Formats: sequence, structure tokens, C-alpha cells
Amino acid sequence: MSLKECLRKGKIMDLTKLTLIETIKGLKERQFSEVELNRAYRERMKKLNPSLNVYLWAKENGTEGIPAAIKDIIVTKDISTTAGSKILEGFVPPYNATAVDRLLEKNISVIGKTNCDEFAMGSSGENSAYGPTKNPWDLTKVPGGSSSGSAVAVASDMCVFALGTDTGGSIRQPSSLCGVVGLKPSYGRVSRYGAIAMASSLDQIGPLTKTVADARLVLEWISGKDGYDSNCQNSEFKVQSSELKKDLKGVRVGVPREYFGKGLDEGVEKVVREAIKKLEKLGAEVVEVILPHTEYGIAVYYIVMSSEVSSNLAKFTGIRFGKTRDKFGSEAKRRIMLGTFALSTGYYDDYFAKAAKVRTLIKQDFAKAFQKCDVIVGPVSPTTAWNLGEKVNDPLKMYLSDAYTIPASLAGIPGLSVPCGFSEGLPVGLQILGKYMDEETILDVAESYEQATSWRKVKPKL
Amino acid sequence: MEKGETKTMKYEPVIGLEVHVELNTKSKMFCRCFADYFSKEPNTHTCPICLGLPGALPYTNKEAITKCIQIGLALNCKIVDLSRFERKNYFYPDLPKGYQISQYRWPLCVEGWLEVEDKEGNVSKIRINRVHQEEDTGKLTHSDGQTLIDFNRSGVPLVEIVTEPDFTDPSQVKDYAKKLQQIFRYLSVSNADMEKGDMRLEANVSVRPVGQKELPNYRVELKNINSFRFMTAAIEYEIKRQIEALEKGEKLTQETRGWNEDKRETYLQRSKEEAHDYRYFPEPDLPELKMKSEEERVKEEMVELPQAKMQRFVSEYGISKQNAQVLVELKEVGYYFEKAVKLGEAQQIKPQELANYIVNQKITLASQDQVLRAVEFIAAKRVGIIEDEAVIKKIVLEVIKKNPKSVEDYKRGKLNALQALIGGVMRKTQGKVNVEKVMVVLEKKLKSGDTP
Repeated sequence: MSLKECLRKGKIMDLTKLTLIETIKGLKERQFSEVELNRAYRERMKKLNPSLNVYLWAKENGTEGIPAAIKDIIVTKDISTTAGSKILEGFVPPYNATAVDRLLEKNISVIGKTNCDEFAMGSSGENSAYGPTKNPWDLTKVPGGSSSGSAVAVASDMCVFALGTDTGGSIRQPSSLCGVVGLKPSYGRVSRYGAIAMASSLDQIGPLTKTVADARLVLEWISGKDGYDSNCQNSEFKVQSSELKKDLKGVRVGVPREYFGKGLDEGVEKVVREAIKKLEKLGAEVVEVILPHTEYGIAVYYIVMSSEVSSNLAKFTGIRFGKTRDKFGSEAKRRIMLGTFALSTGYYDDYFAKAAKVRTLIKQDFAKAFQKCDVIVGPVSPTTAWNLGEKVNDPLKMYLSDAYTIPASLAGIPGLSVPCGFSEGLPVGLQILGKYMDEETILDVAESYEQATSWRKVKPKL
Repeated sequence: MEKGETKTMKYEPVIGLEVHVELNTKSKMFCRCFADYFSKEPNTHTCPICLGLPGALPYTNKEAITKCIQIGLALNCKIVDLSRFERKNYFYPDLPKGYQISQYRWPLCVEGWLEVEDKEGNVSKIRINRVHQEEDTGKLTHSDGQTLIDFNRSGVPLVEIVTEPDFTDPSQVKDYAKKLQQIFRYLSVSNADMEKGDMRLEANVSVRPVGQKELPNYRVELKNINSFRFMTAAIEYEIKRQIEALEKGEKLTQETRGWNEDKRETYLQRSKEEAHDYRYFPEPDLPELKMKSEEERVKEEMVELPQAKMQRFVSEYGISKQNAQVLVELKEVGYYFEKAVKLGEAQQIKPQELANYIVNQKITLASQDQVLRAVEFIAAKRVGIIEDEAVIKKIVLEVIKKNPKSVEDYKRGKLNALQALIGGVMRKTQGKVNVEKVMVVLEKKLKSGDTP
């Protein structure tokens, strides 16, 4: 039965349930029009946005293109961009991020700008100056962060796909907590031009999608050399035309001991271990690997990241943006203070310089592990979505929730989260990490797993 | 210097220099905007990058890096294999990113030197600590209680050249600055115009008791001084002020001072307490600069520098050192001098003659036309000129014979008499005679008393 017939017979009432690839196909075969597509998403958005608080800006009367959601930390020409901060309230950028320009060339339209933690600093979405986004699986829970709005927009079918940014887990973690696919590309794969900088040596733009194939396609669109990002060279990613391998024969899957230790929720562990068993069933060879410097990840991250933050946020002053610096939220202020301290005379060597050295060791951990395996798998987040407000007053507890995503960010390697089940009714994501610039393999493994399971078909009841 | 010899017995100046030079690249250091901002409509040469807009990133201008290395090589520096940009964090309204992209721990060029002369002609070597690449800031204009910002200059490439504290006299500083300016112009890396702010000097001045090896525990930074003359005056003033202060038993501290030309004195701008902590760290937006192959490439394209050219002129063309020095002062003059030499070869015009002509006429040969004219002029003068000494001797003897009175006058010590005799020779030959040879022959004849 063709899509058109399905639609006619009322079997698929909602165009918003289609994946990106299905949407492209449907438009090409004229099963529905761009006007109908946009109308469907607009209606969905109108219905759900008030309760979920996904969009900080939404297009009123879009009729063209495939509607995508863009995290509000990525600049869009003539469309307000706040980075989730009051300090940028009313700021309308005069230019597009490279990734946005590349999407526009592919007939993508910006349906809305998604809520996020202020300047992407947070793991729950609660640091947004515009109120938290809610988890569509349970409105009393956080959606994860900082790409909170982008993850929820995809999970609740308020867009075909979304762009987010990942600095220490900000794509992967909310994807895991909301049950969507989220890919953080290798550092330098996608131009950062137009992504408002949080920590420049870590930030990366990536897709949040309904399926792995969609993520692969969006990566192809947005990747590649850019004359506006010196760190983004020789970085073109091409979708291989060959058929997807159904099995995983010959693939070595590394399981790091350090990602299954203290702090990992039992329910999450169970789901993730089952997913690893599934990979084995699909033909993968599972090997244990070690990443000995994992425990230093958070400490290193909070020095490197906050140092860069303190410098990157210096430009936001009343002189240029009309809002004084007391408009920063408390997490932004906290990191500016931390970073300023770590870079100060007399502390630089003990903090920043030492952290840079340990970062190298973490990178080497991965290099060694990848001698024994092709991908590394484990949990994305130690827990499922927690209650709104639960960790707001305990920054350290909040920081610890990124323990499994931060090391890959420090190493600059690609990682993704693919839905792998539920624990007590809340989604759990499987993290798959790959060698630098080898998104191909992690996408292959994720897609094999995804196609052999049916988690993607389970949607939140809204 | 007016400090007086008695004072130098006790104290000697310790001076280091920081020179900023704005490169004349086509585009800015980290974006594609035009770098030429001089008298342009404010904020027309700007883009998200040089305006420091959220999300913008720097992209390195290779032309600037090449020019920075050229400067480093001209100053006998080592070019490092691996260099890095860093962020210098500080707040000022003309700095849109909140930091300046500069270099601190990993400059492009290190450990160079340049020879300078003091006013007595003594030559000494000034060590160059570093030559590094950075970017300029925007420009503030204060008027009617308002401040306006023009970002046309924001992100224009700047090179900073830092010496060791090796200067001991303001005249050395002046010579150093002039030599740098000449090098910048030779390399065509900058117009190096002080008044336009293409070239900016900052001096670190302190004094120490003669014989003391260690550097003084303070230094006074002289900033925002836009001419060689003012800088020399400011340094002289500062040395005097500091010595007087020390003699009075005052303690000197780290501070920044400016120059008031009307009062002809330095004044306090910023004291140590207000000093910045720039919190330098590696610029994460830019990859490391791998310079190993770059150095060779740039070396091959280097032009001949004034000092080398001067020496070559002396040895190759046999001209005097003084003439050579004048000829190399401006790159164009040296270039056209050599062209003239080539053209003159066919007519047996000696390089020395051309050099004399150019130097004496004070011409700055700026075009092909002028070169041709210089050669033609000398050649024309020489057509039919009597050079043969035997012929000259004959004519001289005839003139002496016909002017016994002048000979008598000469013997009585009247120098005018000689002129009269030369005039006689000139009249006899209609001016077509080598005057220098006439003088030699004439004097010899008169002195020997070998007169008829």
C-alpha cells in the first residue's frame, strides 16, 4: 500500500509521524504537498507547544520546505536567536550559521527555534531563561539538556528533525532521555560557524532525528569543509549508497568497564546490557575495553569548558547587546567565575595546563581502546529522566549526569544515542562511540540495531 | 641626551621597545573584510567576524602570516616549527570579542637581533625577543560627551616586535625605530606611517646603578607616542625624572605614562594596581600553525634588505659607503640606481659617477624616465670631453704662458688666481674638458715652479 493510499484510507492520519526519508519520498511522489506538510506540523506545534515549551520562536505561516527545528543557540538570519539567555533577548542575527545555510539549500525550512539551557550550559533544560522544556514521556520530568527543545521537538513530532549542539553530551543525553536518535559528529566534521560558542574546543552541531538513517542524511547535508571554520577541513561525510548490512558480522564492539560502575542506575544498566546482547546476536564480537582516565573526565571538562566559557561570554555586555551582565543566569555566572579563576596568573599551570594534559590522556585512552574494537558502547546517561527541580540546587550532582558523554567530547570523537528500551516507562539510549571521523561505523551499528528492534515505533502519548 | 655625564656615573638607563606595525594586507587578519580603513566611512568594512557577533569564528589570513615571517627573518629571528594563536582577555569597548587574538607562549618568530648606532656612531646589537602576529582593535572617538565606535580597524593584522631591554641611550632607540621602518617599507609589508598609526612605539624605561647586572625591579611603560621625535624626548625626560627620583630616595614602581608635548613631560596613565591579568590561553578556534615548510618558502621570496644591499653596492660597484648608504635609504632609489648603472654601461659611465650624480642632485629616482634622464645627462656632458692628460698638459702650459699675472698672484697666495687659470682652460676648450684632471695638472705645474 502506498503512502497516499494509507492517507486516503485514514491509516496514517498524521504526516508528522513520518521520518525525514519518508517525508522526502512522499513529497517527491506527490503523495502530499509542502503546504499540507507544513500545516500538519503547525497544528501539532500549536497543540503541544504550550505544555512542552519547546519553541522560543515559531514560524506562523510556513508553507514551504521540510520543517526542521533549530536549537536557539544556532544563529538564523532575521530570526531572533537568544541562546536561551535573557542577555540576548531581542537579538536578531544578520547572518545564518553555515549548517543552517546548507539545510536551506536542501529545501529545509526553519519551523522554529528550540529552547535550551542558557548558552547550552546545563543537563536538564532547566537553565533556560525562558522556562524549562518538559519531557513528553512524563511532563513532570526533565527532557535532558542542553538541546532540550530539539530533543522534545523530535520526540513529540513537532518537527521532521532538529539541529542541536553537543559540548559535553548536549545532543546525546536529551536524545537518550527523550527516546530519539542524536548524533554528535567528530569535532571538525560540521562547521561551527554560527553556533554561539560555549566551549569552542568542544562544541559541535549535530542532528536529532527519528531514525538513524535520517541522522546519516542530515550529517551528509551539514558536514564538509567551511571557509569560515578553520577547524572544519577535509570533513565531508557521504552517505554510502550500498545496502545496509543487516548483521554485524566482523564488527568488534568494545564495552568499557568504567561506564558500568558506581552511579549507574540498575534499570538503565539492565536495558543497556540487553542491547549489547542484541548486538552480539546480530553477529558483533563483544570485547571488554578499558578507559582508565574516565574518572577525571568531569574535572578536566569543567576546567577546559569553563575557561573557554569565561572568554566566549565576555562579549555580552550592555554596550553591544543592550543588556547588562547581571542578566546572566546563575549557571552562566558560576562557569564564568570558575573559568576566570582557572586562567588567572598563578593558577593557569595548575588548572588549565594540567587539564589540557589529562585531556590528552583521555584521548589516548580511546586510541588504545580502538585498537581492540571498532565501536565502544555503553549508557548515555547514568539514569533516565529525573524530576523537574530535582538537581537544580545541586550543581555537582547535575554535572555527574554527563560522566559518560564528556570523555568522547574531550577526545573529539563521534558518538550517538539510539533508543534501546525503557526503564520504568522512561526511554533509555544506547551510546555508540566511534573512531575520529568514523561516523560511518557508528551509524551502521546503530542502524542495524535499530532495524532489528522496534523501539523507534514506541511514541509518547500526548 | 641632556642628563649630563656626572649622572651617568651613577645610573644607566635600561630600555626595551615594543613596536606594533599594521600590515598592508588586502583583507583583515581573521575575516575577508578590506583591511584598508584609512578615512573610510565608519563601520563599512565590517562583518560578523570583526564585529564579534555571536557565533562568528576567525579564519587566518595567510598573507599576514607570510609578512610576519618576513619581518622575523629580516630581524634575524628563528621561525618556530609550531606556533599558536592565543586569546588575550580584557574588556574595552573597542574590542568586540572581549579578547584579542594574539600570541604569548608560542610566537611565530623568536631570538633575533638588529644592529643599531647611537649618536656617536657606536654600533651595538639589540636582541629581539619575539615577533608575533595579532589583530588590531576598533577605534573610539569621543566628542560632545558621546563615544562612537568604528570597527573598520577591528581585526586589521598587527605584528608586534619586542626587544630585550638592551638599549642604553635614546639615540639608539631612534635609530632602531628608523631601521625597522625602513625594513617594513623594503619588505612592502606596511606603509609604516607613524602619523597614521601604521607603526606604534612603546618603550619600557627604567634606570639602574652603573655596574648593577640585574634588571631594575620596576619599569615605566611609555605609551601612545606617535613620532620618533616625541618618543626620544619622552625617554630622555623619563630617564632624568627617574634618576632624580632615585637620588631623592623615592621608590619607583611599575606604571604606564604618556607624553604631553605642550608641557614636554611624561604623565601618569595607569599604575600597577590597575594592571591587567590577561588570562592568556590557546585560541581554540584556530588550529596550530605548522611553520616548518613555510620558513623555506618565505625565505626564497625575501627581498634584499638595506644593509645587505649597501654592502653589495660597495663591493659590486666600487662606490663609497656614504653614497651607498644614501642610495639604499629608499628601496626605489636603489632599484633605479642599478637600472641606471646597466644603461650607463654601454656608454662607459662608471657607477660612481651615477651614484655621485644621484646623491648630489638629491634625486629620488622614481620612474624609468628619470633613470634615462640621469644617464643621458651624464653621457651628454661627456661627449667630446678631453680626458687625455698629455693634451690637457699642453693646454695648461699655454694658459700659464698667456697669464703671467695670475701665476704671480697664485705664488703670492691669492687663491682666486687658480680659478682664473682654470677659467682660461675652460674657455680654451669650450668647457669640454675633465675639470678634475685640469686642476691636478695645473696645481702640479704651479707648485713645481715649472713655469716658463
